[in-house]
Amino acid sequence: MLETDQKSITHNLPVYSRSFKVAAWLGWQIESNWTDPLLFAIYSIIKPLAGAAILVVMYSVITNGNFASPIFSYIYLGNAFYIYVGAIMTGISWAVIDDREHYKTLKYMYVAPINIQAYLIGRGVARFLVASITVVITIAVGYLFLHVKLDLAAINWPLFLIALLIGVVMLAMMGLSLAGISLVIVNNVWFIGDAVAGALFLFSGAIFPLEVLPVWIRPIGYIMPVTYWLELLRRSLVGHIAEAFPTLQGLNNLQLIGILLGLTIIFGTISFFLFRYCEHIAQEKGLLDRVTNY
Amino acid sequence: MSNSSYSTPQVFVPPDGNQSYTAGRVHKNSGWVLFLQTVIARSYPRVVGQMRDISWMFFDTLLPLLSVCTYVFVYRAIHAPEDYIGFVVLGGAMLAFWMNVLWGMSSQLYWEKEQGNLSLYIMSPASLMAMLLGMAFGGLFSTSLRALLIIVLGSWFFNVQYAIANFAQLFAVFFLAMVALYGLGMMTSSLYLLLSREAWHVSNLFQEPVFLFSGFYFPIKNFSFWISAVASIIPLTLGLDAMRQLVFKSGPSLGFISVPIEIIVLVILSVVFLYTSRLMLAHMEKLAIREGRLTENRR
Repeated sequence: MLETDQKSITHNLPVYSRSFKVAAWLGWQIESNWTDPLLFAIYSIIKPLAGAAILVVMYSVITNGNFASPIFSYIYLGNAFYIYVGAIMTGISWAVIDDREHYKTLKYMYVAPINIQAYLIGRGVARFLVASITVVITIAVGYLFLHVKLDLAAINWPLFLIALLIGVVMLAMMGLSLAGISLVIVNNVWFIGDAVAGALFLFSGAIFPLEVLPVWIRPIGYIMPVTYWLELLRRSLVGHIAEAFPTLQGLNNLQLIGILLGLTIIFGTISFFLFRYCEHIAQEKGLLDRVTNY
Repeated sequence: MSNSSYSTPQVFVPPDGNQSYTAGRVHKNSGWVLFLQTVIARSYPRVVGQMRDISWMFFDTLLPLLSVCTYVFVYRAIHAPEDYIGFVVLGGAMLAFWMNVLWGMSSQLYWEKEQGNLSLYIMSPASLMAMLLGMAFGGLFSTSLRALLIIVLGSWFFNVQYAIANFAQLFAVFFLAMVALYGLGMMTSSLYLLLSREAWHVSNLFQEPVFLFSGFYFPIKNFSFWISAVASIIPLTLGLDAMRQLVFKSGPSLGFISVPIEIIVLVILSVVFLYTSRLMLAHMEKLAIREGRLTENRR
């Protein structure tokens, strides 16, 4: 890295930090202050718990409630951690829609002394926090009532924390690319976060081993960082179960971390430049203060 | 200009010499004619808008299809019988109607308020009930196209086998389920007249729990009788259950209650929801006017 680049980053760090912190606080207020805290807490956990319950009932109907099978833990944990994917990616991209279409403040963000990328990532923090609570509750319900085979003493905490950290950064960068695309498209921009999260849900084998997919679809799953992220999280929590499935059996934990890290850097770089490109287009075409009412 | 020019009213003479404008007065429809005109006018943008912008084919058909595929592969992973694949495809198609009622009917009056149209609706001589009916017809038409595409593509991808037992009953169940469902949407939309920023969250809250309790991806017979009975307040619960019984070989053995009883219950729900929606709309409109909620915009 050039010396001037390093100086520029060091010089701008307070701006990044301030933008991120204020955006995180703002995001939390927007997410939570429409009702009282108790109702907000109930609202936040009902939706994902209902989603998990659909899978539990589906599984129970077919297997007559055989929750001790390894495939159940595979499905349940994959689904629980997938809550992060929708929450973080949608949280960041939704900030563009919210600020441009609803509050009509995006133009003011651009004239304010902030870093817009740090601001948008900060806006995703609130959903990350809510998602974290939901993930914990979902896993706790699985552990206490549905025989999800978690052995608290056997959990590989360092692996879990490293995987979680890399994954959150990866999801934030993917959210940033969606935010960039949201800047330049009009129709159906509301659904873009959910749409990508829905596609990844299928292709990353979040709730079933990739072997179940037709052979010609599987390569999509293998280039998605989410696939490796979920595998690492499963291995850290229920290693013996995760390793029983053949999808990534040939790779050890270190290799998986290396692949996840590599894909995160690639996706992160693409996201950074994609956002910059979309932002440039939006500025050139005067789209930053557009209200579509679509 | 003399003063006499002010004493004579200006008479508007239309270029086409339409008799409706004779004697300087514009003829305005009222009563049932106005009601029907309003229904057609409000359904028009939903139908025509869809034809003008075909991006819905991607966002409203292919993306829900991805969810359908995901649940199909879950069933494949746990070696479910093939009919369950069909259950998911049918459920995924019917889910489009629930989403349309939730976001395009119930919360529509909230969106109209946000955009400043609601007060114009209230001021106009047209009935709010007719507007909701128009939304329902337009939404039903456009959503039917989406649902049909999901069924066709889903059935094709996963080679779903149907064994339709009774076409007449199938048509009756679908028709009644839609009448009751959109009646429910019209009824709940009046509640949204009073809501503001929380409207979005309320709609959001009713997505997944209804997916669960209405049995979009599995037969509701697997719940206890009382849970299924309470879930039947959402017309799609019984509608889906009856349709599965009528179009799949294993359907009758997995049904909650018999199809004729489900048809009777759907008739009752249709009448109750449509009648209640009329009463609630009138009441809520008055309440919203009294409390100044029609133009309120708490962001």
